[in-house]
Amino acid sequence: MDFSDFYETFFEEAEELLADMERHLLELDLEAPDPEQLNAIFRAAHSIKGGAGTFGFDVLQQTTHLFENLLDHTRRGELTLRRDIVDTFLETKDMLNDQLDAYRQGAEPDPEAFERICKVLQQIALDEMGQDLEGGAPAGGAAATSGSEPQAEPAAAPEPAPRAAAEGANLVVALLKVGDKDRELLIEELGHLGEIKGRDGDSERYEVSLATASDRDEIEAVMCFIVEPEQLEIREVGASDGQPEPAPAPQAETPQPEAPRVEAPQVESPPAAAVEAPAKAVAKAPGKSPAKAAAKGGESTSIRVPVNKVDQIINLVGELIITQSMLDQTVSELDNVSNSALVNGMSLLQRNARDLQEAVMSIRMVPMDYVFSRFPRLVRDLAKKLDKDVELVTEGESTELDKSLTERIIDPLTHLVRNSLDHGIESPEAREAAGKPPTGRLTLSAQHQGGNILIEVIDDGAGLNRDKLLAKARENGLSVSDAMSDDEVWQLIFAPGFSTAKEVSDVSGRGVGMDVVKRNIQEMGGHVEILSRPGQGTTTRIVLPLTLAILDGMSIKVGEEVFILPLSAVLESLQPRQEDLYAMAGDDVVLKVRDEYLPVVAVHQALDVGGACTEPTRCIAVIVQGEGRRYALLVDDLLGQQQVVVKNLETNYRKVPGVSAATILGDGSVALILDIAGLHRLNQGKQQAAHDQRRQAPTPYLPQPEKEVEPS
Amino acid sequence: MSEMNVASVAAVDADSREFLVFSLGEEEYAIDILKVQEIRGYENVTRIANAPDFIKGVTNLRGVIVPIVDLRIKFHLDKVEYGGQTVVIVVNVGPRVVGIVVDGVSDVMTLTPEQIKPAPEFGVTLSSDYLSGLGSLEDRMLVLVDIDKLLTSEEMALVESVGE
Repeated sequence: MDFSDFYETFFEEAEELLADMERHLLELDLEAPDPEQLNAIFRAAHSIKGGAGTFGFDVLQQTTHLFENLLDHTRRGELTLRRDIVDTFLETKDMLNDQLDAYRQGAEPDPEAFERICKVLQQIALDEMGQDLEGGAPAGGAAATSGSEPQAEPAAAPEPAPRAAAEGANLVVALLKVGDKDRELLIEELGHLGEIKGRDGDSERYEVSLATASDRDEIEAVMCFIVEPEQLEIREVGASDGQPEPAPAPQAETPQPEAPRVEAPQVESPPAAAVEAPAKAVAKAPGKSPAKAAAKGGESTSIRVPVNKVDQIINLVGELIITQSMLDQTVSELDNVSNSALVNGMSLLQRNARDLQEAVMSIRMVPMDYVFSRFPRLVRDLAKKLDKDVELVTEGESTELDKSLTERIIDPLTHLVRNSLDHGIESPEAREAAGKPPTGRLTLSAQHQGGNILIEVIDDGAGLNRDKLLAKARENGLSVSDAMSDDEVWQLIFAPGFSTAKEVSDVSGRGVGMDVVKRNIQEMGGHVEILSRPGQGTTTRIVLPLTLAILDGMSIKVGEEVFILPLSAVLESLQPRQEDLYAMAGDDVVLKVRDEYLPVVAVHQALDVGGACTEPTRCIAVIVQGEGRRYALLVDDLLGQQQVVVKNLETNYRKVPGVSAATILGDGSVALILDIAGLHRLNQGKQQAAHDQRRQAPTPYLPQPEKEVEPS
Repeated sequence: MSEMNVASVAAVDADSREFLVFSLGEEEYAIDILKVQEIRGYENVTRIANAPDFIKGVTNLRGVIVPIVDLRIKFHLDKVEYGGQTVVIVVNVGPRVVGIVVDGVSDVMTLTPEQIKPAPEFGVTLSSDYLSGLGSLEDRMLVLVDIDKLLTSEEMALVESVGE
């Protein structure tokens, strides 16, 4: 059987399991560890081991095996957790991640790192419990490389399992046609789930009697890493103590007599047992533990789908909406009375299509937890490195955001969190001196507001220092004045090359960060705000659209062409008056709006639209904001507001200056979505070119690069 | 002509290839039929500002935004008209979809390797780099265009070049 098809699934699952493990490790209360969490950590390691064994990832399997044994001792209360042990566990988890990555790229993991982590794990076992892992295995790297199968039985069998034996229902697990090697592995698995009371059989049918607290589903879930479900039969046995013989020795009988013996209390006729019992088991399971099934919901109620399939559906639904609005237009021209059925049908179709679109869009939405869950570890590690005490609080983890945005928000957010820890939150001593609790508090929060999501990084640190920022800005040659508002001063930290950290650390301070953060967020169609109060902390707020796939647009007309402006950029529109227009240095024109002078960008000029209104006072000026600056766009007419589906131009064509994307209008034609800052740059370029042309009259300006590369 | 066509179809061997023949003015060109996705009329093209003149703009092809290139302008033909006969051949170039405007589509031809002659070294407007050969069919000559090379070439300005 070729397993390579399943590799990707295993890698993805293992990654999720490791993420789970990390979350649990970080949440662990060292004083009184929650047994459920310890179990969860153990199970994660265990499942990965199973998968690694199946796919022949030996190093991964051996590492998880050692790790699992330690975890097993932990959950049985034989190993007391301390902070440094948890640190080691986290390190091990990172190592597993590395190994996973190596296998994913088809390489062997780093053997030295493997050996080192094995030693560390074994040292913990020695130091803390005075016993070797795995009984007979010698300490050191050799132990792990010697293969785990022979060690499996002693590890599993003698473990006291008071939890399992106390209230567990006894199960008989029958393995059908399972090879020797897999069987050993499976039995070992079973040993971890409960106490093995007896086992016997041959390669056709091998039965293991088990005293366990786990239910069938759990066992099946674990075993299915190694064998097919149809190779497995799990039966429940009457809980009377005498039933399964605890002594493995006298089990010399053949499996046939044993099977009816175990099933006797349940089934009357032995021949039917094999068939009926599993059927019963299946039928019973869901009724018995509905709560448990719901709790495990992740597995049974979700499916993994490639993003491009979802995008395809979104595309098709977008098409449907367009077709529907085309039909709608046609129908609206018909006589309402004689076509009432058609008109009613159309409005129903419209409603259904909108609902469908909303439902499809929601598929792409993932909770912010996906992003926030990576920060506990980062904060913990950084705080330790910086000798600071920091408590991380997350709020609004269930707030949903488009998947593509969550992926792109991680980097900027990481940067902001690092900054807050490094520059924001003070050392415990400094905090106490300032009369604050020594433990700093970093809050990550997310919430919806209108069509946007607000993501905030809040620290209760020292806040930004206005004077220091201004001094630094002067040093960097930025034009600043003491009269600047706080908001303007805070925006300075987004200038390229700006850092107020006294010295460069490996955490932050090279000044290459905040401008990148800002640019990344702007690329996503959002912006960053900073609120800061000296001594009380800083809040960095990221405002993002919920999705990049749909945009609230304002359609405008220039000449005979229709363009879309992102509604979020539009502030107001007005008819310019002659007395508010000022010419500057020849070509530049500014428009005075209240007490602000805004550069005028004539859209017809930037985009070479013929037949447009060229006299500013007869146009409409739309005041827009782009990349933090305001412009007055001159357009012919405002057509209205509508939601548009954003289509990438680069898929089949290329980036077009002044245009961010395209969309399809109700009549099926394509309209371009304008990029405001790009439009301004384009306009400046044109004016510059026109200016140059006038100065050196003989050289006509030809903006056609293909002339130069024409082969001769 | 149709007899010729039948004859050549009959003579299909492993090495012969099928070409879609289209006309630009008086000349006949051909492209590999496997590159062709569909043929449709010329309509509803949205102009792209500041693009070379042979890029007519973009159009909506069932929800996909597709650029439209007029080969007649690119090849400096004298008469460029848009009418009922004007046809857009939608071709697949790698992962991209591009529409090319031609005067008309006439035929699908099968050419054997013997019928494909190497392209001569010429070409001011159409470099021989973009030709995969000349197809000779009795009294007709087909210019076999390597549409992949042509459309991804820098001078077409369809694909972002590395420097940008």
